[in-house]
Amino acid sequence: MGRTLAEKVWDDHVVRRAEGEPDLLFIDLHLLHEVTSPQAFDGLRKAGRPVRRTDLTIATEDHNTPTLDIDKPIADPVSRTQLETLRKNCADFGVRLHPLGDVEQGVVHVVGPQLGLTQPGTTVVCGDSHTSTHGAFGALAFGIGTSQVEHVLATQTLPMAPFRTMAVTVNGELPDGVTAKDLILAIIARIGTGGGQGYVIEYRGEAVEKLSMEARMTICNMSIEAGARAGMVAPDETTFAYLKGRAHAPEGSGWDAAVEYWRTLRTDDDAVFDREVVIEAAELAPFVTWGTNPGQGAPLSAQVPDPASFGDASERLAAEKALEYMGLTAGQPLREIVVDTVFVGSCTNGRIEDLRSAAEVVSGRQVADGVRMLVVPGSVRVALQAVEEGLDKVFTAAGAEWRHAGCSMCLGMNPDQLAPGERSASTSNRNFEGRQGKGGRTHLVSPQVAAATAVTGRLSSPADLITAEV
Amino acid sequence: MEAFTTHTGRGVPLRRSNVDTDQIIPAHWLKKVTRDGFEDGLFEAWRKDPEFVLNSAAYRGASVLLAGPDFGTGSSREHAVWALQNYGFKAVVSSRFADIFRGNSLKNGLLTVVLPQADVERLWELVEADPQTEVTVDLQALEVRAGAASGAPAFTASFELDENARWRLLNGLDDISITLRYEADIAAFEAARPAFKPQTVQG
Ligand code: SF4
Repeated sequence: MGRTLAEKVWDDHVVRRAEGEPDLLFIDLHLLHEVTSPQAFDGLRKAGRPVRRTDLTIATEDHNTPTLDIDKPIADPVSRTQLETLRKNCADFGVRLHPLGDVEQGVVHVVGPQLGLTQPGTTVVCGDSHTSTHGAFGALAFGIGTSQVEHVLATQTLPMAPFRTMAVTVNGELPDGVTAKDLILAIIARIGTGGGQGYVIEYRGEAVEKLSMEARMTICNMSIEAGARAGMVAPDETTFAYLKGRAHAPEGSGWDAAVEYWRTLRTDDDAVFDREVVIEAAELAPFVTWGTNPGQGAPLSAQVPDPASFGDASERLAAEKALEYMGLTAGQPLREIVVDTVFVGSCTNGRIEDLRSAAEVVSGRQVADGVRMLVVPGSVRVALQAVEEGLDKVFTAAGAEWRHAGCSMCLGMNPDQLAPGERSASTSNRNFEGRQGKGGRTHLVSPQVAAATAVTGRLSSPADLITAEV
Repeated sequence: MEAFTTHTGRGVPLRRSNVDTDQIIPAHWLKKVTRDGFEDGLFEAWRKDPEFVLNSAAYRGASVLLAGPDFGTGSSREHAVWALQNYGFKAVVSSRFADIFRGNSLKNGLLTVVLPQADVERLWELVEADPQTEVTVDLQALEVRAGAASGAPAFTASFELDENARWRLLNGLDDISITLRYEADIAAFEAARPAFKPQTVQG
């Protein structure tokens, strides 16, 4: 019987297989950041172990880094200690680090792909759940915990429990104005936040094949919000073209050998998935969340749902709690929800295409009175590219704030936070209670919807702007 | 890691589904560089509410968390497990755990037990009717029992855990030392890796 893409990549990394034990997998690329690594390095120190493969390990600073005044000492002493700890650990153990102020610094999941380190058929891990992002290249990429970070540092391997396979096939073409973000929000709303549990999802079908690498990353990024172990897209010409010429992409004959291997990384026609979900692209529309988990979403044209409409008791209770936290009432049109803050950024939507599409919407328009719009590039390279294209000027002319690269308000570990009761339209990936600041309320949206929302002050799509202006 | 064989303690009902790791331990706690001292951050936002179940005197000192479905979703932060352990929890029961959370918990010796939702409901009812109810999580017998401290248990259910994870927990074995026994396998794999695979260090 044929194998799926995920099974092929898995099989190619088995170091040891024994009856009744999890497979021991080799890890090709280990990404580190300041939050989930200190206790792992501590463990190494205590056991007197080195980092086995510093040549397969790379670190950056992203979660705690400020997005203003980055040349000044970091105000929060606890954040500063965490960054200094990473710097010391990387120096002590010989790990390559891109600290704040470095040209390669940025959100770890933006940095790996842009350096060309994330490649098809590799295993990628990071102590961060959104490692699933890297699956867009046909890599098997898992978020891991700190104990596992230590395990990979010490052994460059991980014992991994077997997974199940799920195909999410998106037929047809995405309608105009519908983005990868809308697609993944709709998928999560369909299968639920636990629907992907235990699965590696392969996204396929015409609509996925037509997406750019960056759009594929947006989709794979949020696989974890459906509970999946990982998300993947089979590598193709789009993938190869993206990689060609990047700093760490293979060159010369190495490139040819790599591409030859990469072309084998497709699910065989006779392979069987454990579960299949089919989505018709034509039925999709701009999608936003109304609740406090990423599965609580609906098309922008819909209303806040009535909790009583949920058949499942725990979903009903979750919806009731969500509406209470979000300060919303059932039946309220989503388009009438007024926001204070718009955040464009994160490893979901902080890449150059995201900034371009948001800039296009605000260009020649103004951010509504009383709304603050934060634009935070995913990495320094993204920021430089945006500046070269003049996007920073477009944003600031519209009244938005142009910030330095990092995770920023995606999780508010730095000073960029919502105040209690404040409401945001955010291009990030999590709308959990308090995620963007204590008491803050988050609506997950695409960059286009975020930008249009900044202009009107209410959840809106770019199409709404045109209607309003005619 | 401390070995886990069996644990008996009082249970606390957490009637919420989709408890994500941001609720278990909010992000600002993640700046710490140690594995301890997270107990005050556990469910920090909810604990501000005097009605929250962990604030109830009746459940003080409970060590088995009886949680709703989809517990531990969201981020991979192992701090969520440390916070539960620092607070005093030895085991968590739910009908469904998020994968990364489950893996993290088992690596730290916090036993996560999957029971059907109907069984969790029954446990909720028992500990709500009598907060003194003792809940035993028995990894040797793969059984959860609950009832009054003396007498036959009012509730018994068996659970599953893969044999390898169970063996490691029962013996308190650390994964890294187990893996390092396979050094020869790792070296052989490394020697056979294609040259085109990426390296973080150039040249
Ligand atoms: S941008 Fe957000 S989701 Fe991505 S790594 Fe940073 S905090 Fe995590």
